[in-house]
Amino acid sequence: MISARGLRKEFGDFTAVDGIDLDVPAGQAFGFLGPNGAGKSSSMRMIAAVSPVSGGELRVLGMDPATHGPQIRARLGVCPQDDTLDVELNVRDNLLVYGRYFGLPRGEVRDRADELLEFVQLTDKAKARVDDLSGGMKRRLTIARSLINRPDLLLLDEPTTGLDPQARHVLWDRLFRLKAQGVTLVLTTHYMDEAEQLCDRLVVMDKGRIVADGSPLDLIRTHSTREVTELRFGVSVDGGHAALADQVADLADRVEVLPDRLLLYSAQGEETLAKVHERGLQPAAVLVRRSTLEDVFLHLTGRSLVD
Amino acid sequence: MSSTDTANPTRTPSPAAAPTAPSTRELVARQVDYWWRVYLRTWHGTLASSFLMPLLYVVAIGVLLGGYIDSDPDQLAGAPSYLAFVVPGMIAGQVMTVGVSETSWPVMSGIKWQKVYVGQIATPLTVPSIVLAQLAFVAFRLLVAVAVFLLVLAPFGVLATWWGALLAVPVLILVGLAFAAVCFGFTAGLDSDTTLTVIYRVAILPMFLFSGAFFPVSQLPAVLEWLAKATPLWHGVSLTRMLTTDTLAGGQALVHLVYLGALAAFGTWWAVRRLTAKLVV
Repeated sequence: MISARGLRKEFGDFTAVDGIDLDVPAGQAFGFLGPNGAGKSSSMRMIAAVSPVSGGELRVLGMDPATHGPQIRARLGVCPQDDTLDVELNVRDNLLVYGRYFGLPRGEVRDRADELLEFVQLTDKAKARVDDLSGGMKRRLTIARSLINRPDLLLLDEPTTGLDPQARHVLWDRLFRLKAQGVTLVLTTHYMDEAEQLCDRLVVMDKGRIVADGSPLDLIRTHSTREVTELRFGVSVDGGHAALADQVADLADRVEVLPDRLLLYSAQGEETLAKVHERGLQPAAVLVRRSTLEDVFLHLTGRSLVD
Repeated sequence: MSSTDTANPTRTPSPAAAPTAPSTRELVARQVDYWWRVYLRTWHGTLASSFLMPLLYVVAIGVLLGGYIDSDPDQLAGAPSYLAFVVPGMIAGQVMTVGVSETSWPVMSGIKWQKVYVGQIATPLTVPSIVLAQLAFVAFRLLVAVAVFLLVLAPFGVLATWWGALLAVPVLILVGLAFAAVCFGFTAGLDSDTTLTVIYRVAILPMFLFSGAFFPVSQLPAVLEWLAKATPLWHGVSLTRMLTTDTLAGGQALVHLVYLGALAAFGTWWAVRRLTAKLVV
């Protein structure tokens, strides 16, 4: 569906995407993970055929976005980062006018609009003004709108950013259904749980480059340990957490120092914790958990994913 | 068909790919439903403003103030009365206002606030088709505004001939479009709407007052007269006045038409260029 070689995007002197290679086969749920400014959205916009490629090669659905933009866009569904709904039209009319942009006959658009409203659970809001919808409902409407042309490829740029936890779960459920139906999904996110929930395969981006590539589980296995022991000490400790890191460095495969806690990476978190206690250290709070993509990211870039 | 079927878009991408792109004309036609809904949502408001305001002006300035002014056709560009003189000026000023109001804040909103254009370019629509569809909508708005205005004025006896009034309709639409297209291009390149407020004050309002709508520009000092005659509104007013007062002069009319046509064409080109620079980055 998507193939990129050495893909670059430059804005003047600034390089947003610095030579990435991608291959997304049909039916895959593919994710771009990375902090703000990593180049995820720039990559997505190039794939969506609305942003000219600065260098390298890109093929979307077998076509070149530079020469076949309208033909590519005819078969894409795009859910942009900001809602671009017409807030003065009602919910259903937003779908109707959008379907017409794809050249669909009016009757066909009406049928699809009603079915999609059902799918995103907005049927009883069909006549409501978009302005009156909650953030989560607007997002769902945007997703319904992006499906009106029955796209081969659905692009979602930070689909759940800014939504409350409940609204996110409703949205994930809908995306999961699409995925189960075999829709090729490409999404960007800076939420690890989102990436783990939805993506078959991920690339981790940092400063315009791909720093890791694989399934969520592969990435955790390759770039982290099975478990993590988080130690939080009081603020009064001499030298802060950095000083304490030296005392426990040999107890784990790797130790990360964050401003407010130490992360000890090991296969057995509880064992590691017991050894910490044997050394007479008394952390104020302790958490033993499984490694997540957050740990992968921390390891790869030395920085947290969400500031 | 169940809802899950609907949402299942999986199709094998055709390897042959590359069907031909839809024509710009086809893409403009696909936006008719959108603009028709915009029109249905706004027509009552725009009808009041495009009809009541000018009517009040015509009564206050044309009829009441005009009653104090000598009806000397030599002084009034051939018009038999001040009312007959001022009416084409008013209506040309009115189409300028309509054209500019449809492509100033609405364009800003499409780029920046509601981002309707951003949603549109994610579909097969192209920037030229988006600009042309919006200008076609403006032309329709102008048609309604001009038709209403002329019908209201007919009883005042200020339209010299029926064919002149009829010909004035496309001419006035062209005047409005020339302003709309240039304003579209201007607004598409702005980063904030504060400049728009300034433009209304330093360009639109002075043009309305000093471009021959209310008095012959020959009343102005030579430099200002020359300046007034360079404005698009003066060309619009003069051409409209020739038609409503039956004083058509072929050569001069052609100059007006070419000027306004060229401005509309330039504005459209500029709007496409600047909107592309904003959206396709």
